[in-house]
Amino acid sequence: MFTALFGSVEQGIIYAIMALGVYITFRVLDFPDLTVDGSFVTGAATAATMITFGYDPLIATLCALLAGFVAGSITGILHTKAHINELLAGILMMIALYSINLRIMGLTTENAVGRPNIPLSSSDTVFTMLHDFWSTLGIDAMLNNLLTATGLTSLPRTWGVIIVMFIVVFIIKFMLDWFLKTEYGLALRATGDNVKMIRSFSANTDNVKIFALGLSNALVALSGALIAQLNKFADAGMGIGMIVIGLASVIIGEAIFGKKTIVRATLAVIFGAIIYRVVISLALQVEFLDTGDLKLITAVVVIIALVIPYAMNKYKEKKRRAKRRAQLMKEVTAMPEGEKPIA
Amino acid sequence: MLKLQHIHKIFNEGTPDEKVALNHINLTLEAGDFVTIIGSNGAGKSTMMNMISGALTPDVGTITINGKDVTNLPEYKRSKYIGRVFQDPMAGTAPTMTIQENLALAYSRNKSRGLRSGVSKARKEIFLAALESLNLNLENRLNAKVGLLSGGERQALSLLMATFTKPDILLLDEHTAALDPSRAALITSLTKELVEKDSLTTLMITHDMQQAIDLGNRLIMMDKGQIILEVSPEEKKNLTIEDLMNEFQRIRGEKMVSDRALLST
Repeated sequence: MFTALFGSVEQGIIYAIMALGVYITFRVLDFPDLTVDGSFVTGAATAATMITFGYDPLIATLCALLAGFVAGSITGILHTKAHINELLAGILMMIALYSINLRIMGLTTENAVGRPNIPLSSSDTVFTMLHDFWSTLGIDAMLNNLLTATGLTSLPRTWGVIIVMFIVVFIIKFMLDWFLKTEYGLALRATGDNVKMIRSFSANTDNVKIFALGLSNALVALSGALIAQLNKFADAGMGIGMIVIGLASVIIGEAIFGKKTIVRATLAVIFGAIIYRVVISLALQVEFLDTGDLKLITAVVVIIALVIPYAMNKYKEKKRRAKRRAQLMKEVTAMPEGEKPIA
Repeated sequence: MLKLQHIHKIFNEGTPDEKVALNHINLTLEAGDFVTIIGSNGAGKSTMMNMISGALTPDVGTITINGKDVTNLPEYKRSKYIGRVFQDPMAGTAPTMTIQENLALAYSRNKSRGLRSGVSKARKEIFLAALESLNLNLENRLNAKVGLLSGGERQALSLLMATFTKPDILLLDEHTAALDPSRAALITSLTKELVEKDSLTTLMITHDMQQAIDLGNRLIMMDKGQIILEVSPEEKKNLTIEDLMNEFQRIRGEKMVSDRALLST
């Protein structure tokens, strides 16, 4: 149980990078970008292919990030320059990427043009590198000793991934927070808020949109590249439903942690991604549920996250009104006879 | 400063809905001119403003700003020189961003937007001073989201933002029409103050004839895509609403039929 939860937190932190990307398009730019399902795999495919060719995993991961940026920018160009509807531009890019991803992975084999998956079981990845470095520090033994003291028997393999990825995700979060407060970042937010207005203040909204979509998909692809390396394989189908997971993370996070400021919203998105993973892994512990029910569970979780804040607001409002009514009634009854309002 | 030459614009050409929106418009504004524009709905006033701002491109004709031909310059490039306030108080600001962030957006109008902080300490001082001049107590709400402001407050902020960088040309498109009379009066006096302070070259569309007469040094009347009357600064000093109604009748041979024009007399 503990190791299962531990594993889902580990995955959740990496998916949080993807969720931050989705946050940029859906929430900041107000652009429902479906490229994500494709660009997530593009990141995984690029990294896996380059690692197979023997490139340094760090360089491979960086290239995956760039590939995602390019993919997102093309969606942006399709929308702004070719005037294709937002949803359609994303869908077109998503299906185009499916073939492109097969081609990218196909580079590793001479037998075929395309290839549906690449195993990384015997390759060096950023996580094997991390592991080598981490095991010299002796933090694992220390933390596991603490855990055995509390009576836990099944212990996690390593704490390295969780701790280092937490640091990485928070660095990304702080950079994003900072960026969205710069002059360019403000123009980006205004483009999502009131495009007519910001154009009248001399912002090239086309370029802003293209850049934002690029940035978003760069993060998504980075997340894909890391997930491929953590799970030790890249697969053409690993991106299916990714956009829903991203949205679920954003919605769950905002429902629990609020979204008043950028700083708070990005934090909410990160924890939303982790909570989503934890909820899914808890749900799968239930005897009755099967891995095939995953999508249904996701849908239910998102619906709950959407409905509960609304219901809570309504309840609060009702209570506030009741309190106010009671107070007014008290004032009325306290009035001397004759001055009372007729009602 | 601003020159429109032989501007024509037709919408839906070749269809039954064809409409000549602008028909041979010639207009020259000198630096510091404040021109009010009146005319019934569909006269082409807003179309002309959209031409100047770059939201629309003329079929024929040229637009020059400061001697530079801007006819085919896209809106975002042209808006370096042009400030604009719309009729809808919601249109001129970004509602989910704070007052100071909105001002930062306006402040960056004539600069290139980079990775500097949008709201720096030095800028905050400038924003505070500007907000204080509005006398709306907005200087104490720098971190309030603009969506929470009232229509009048938002329009005052829009006006401040539009004039913040002292644009070469200020376009006001019925910017008091959606407000109640007292708020409208406030925005009108604020407009006067801000325009006079930097002697901005201004074009203002209004349906309020009295406002058109009170504000600015020149007045033009539009009808069916044409400028049918131009009132010079000397003539405008003694102009009355009655004069305008009579002029319209004389030129067009029909009575001016605009409920809003009549109501506002």
